[in-house]
Amino acid sequence: MKKYQVETIVGIFVAIGICLIAYMAVTLGNVSFFGREAYPLFARFSNVSGLRSGGSVDMFGIEIGKIEALSIDQETQQAIVELRITKGVTIYEDAIASIKTEGLIGDKYISIDPGGAESPLEAGGFIIETQGAIDIVDLIGKYAFGEINNNSGLAPQDN
Amino acid sequence: MTSVTEKKERTGKAQTTLLLKLANPFAAFGRGVINIINDLGAAAVFLLLAFIKIFHPKQLPKIIQQVYFIGARSVTIVILVGLFTGMVLGLQSYYALVKFGAEGALGTLVALSLIRELGPVLTALMITARAGSAITAEIGILRISEQIDALYTMQIDPVRFLVSPRIMASLISFPLLTAIFDLIGILGGYLSGVVLLGVNAGTYYYRVQSSVEMKDITDGFIKAIVFAVIVSMISCFQGYFAHMRKESHGAKAVGYATTSAVVLSSVLVLVSDYIVTSLLL
Repeated sequence: MKKYQVETIVGIFVAIGICLIAYMAVTLGNVSFFGREAYPLFARFSNVSGLRSGGSVDMFGIEIGKIEALSIDQETQQAIVELRITKGVTIYEDAIASIKTEGLIGDKYISIDPGGAESPLEAGGFIIETQGAIDIVDLIGKYAFGEINNNSGLAPQDN
Repeated sequence: MTSVTEKKERTGKAQTTLLLKLANPFAAFGRGVINIINDLGAAAVFLLLAFIKIFHPKQLPKIIQQVYFIGARSVTIVILVGLFTGMVLGLQSYYALVKFGAEGALGTLVALSLIRELGPVLTALMITARAGSAITAEIGILRISEQIDALYTMQIDPVRFLVSPRIMASLISFPLLTAIFDLIGILGGYLSGVVLLGVNAGTYYYRVQSSVEMKDITDGFIKAIVFAVIVSMISCFQGYFAHMRKESHGAKAVGYATTSAVVLSSVLVLVSDYIVTSLLL
């Protein structure tokens, strides 16, 4: 027993250390070895400034997926965002995707209103109704120079 | 008569060399630079040799012995330092953040500063103080008591026998101890921030979890490995060549070697931390 004392202590030390590294990588670093079951959806935006791949996708404030990739559609002159939505979350055809900001100066994320149409979106489908990023500085500028009115695109929509 | 002129000549010579020295400060500077470059070259060759000899078949038991000394015996001090670092980080940043009403960001601040910077650096400094000094002293005493020569006479390669296991053990121990430090530190931040100062516990953990990315963690471990090479190499090098020191010899040289090993390691850890960070960003 005494012969292997050092080896035992070293074994425990290394095992605990590796467990902690694995814990850090998996829990804190958000690495999943298996990849959560998810399906892709696309959305077209006129402006995605501030959005990054890896950002979160929310529905009613609960995270339901991630932003997979950002690309440009040359034909329609729009930005295309690829989303990966967790399986089991149903999003309907008349869903609305809008880019929002966490707090005043926080990260940008996509918020989805799932809609209520009859048929749900299939994997690879497009969310048609979208609302691009709102530039706060732009908004302040418009407010300061009195350009904000009901005809501008920035007016509240529920009027 | 002749002796007087000789004496005069000799003093004259001494004076001229002194004058030359004063007139030519570049010579002293140049000598210093040459010495530094010599040492750097020797250290690089030494490290390379030690690295190659890690893969010798009989190394495993000695590596385990060294992991026990460098790694397992350092766990207590790393836990203690990590806990208090995390706690003071939580305390200080709470008072800074609460002015902006942003105490929810405490978890982000504590976790990122621990994982990116403080974890690897403070772990390396603690192991330098605890194990690095001991390595230098041990190898230095083996050197001045001619036991390294004895190993050589018995056809045992001293670098393989003494240096390689310590470098390999450092490479294993540093990342593991850094992981312990990081997690204990985050727990320390929880203790002071949540338990003492009343930040929301869920917010703290959510912020820790959502702000830390895989890149932060790998960067931290890359730093830990770089520090492992620096600390173990310098400690072994200083001890191994304790007999070559110019300012003294014998037991005093071991003392000098230990001091310069600890000072050099600490300074180089901080300098290389800056360089590695700027390269990784």
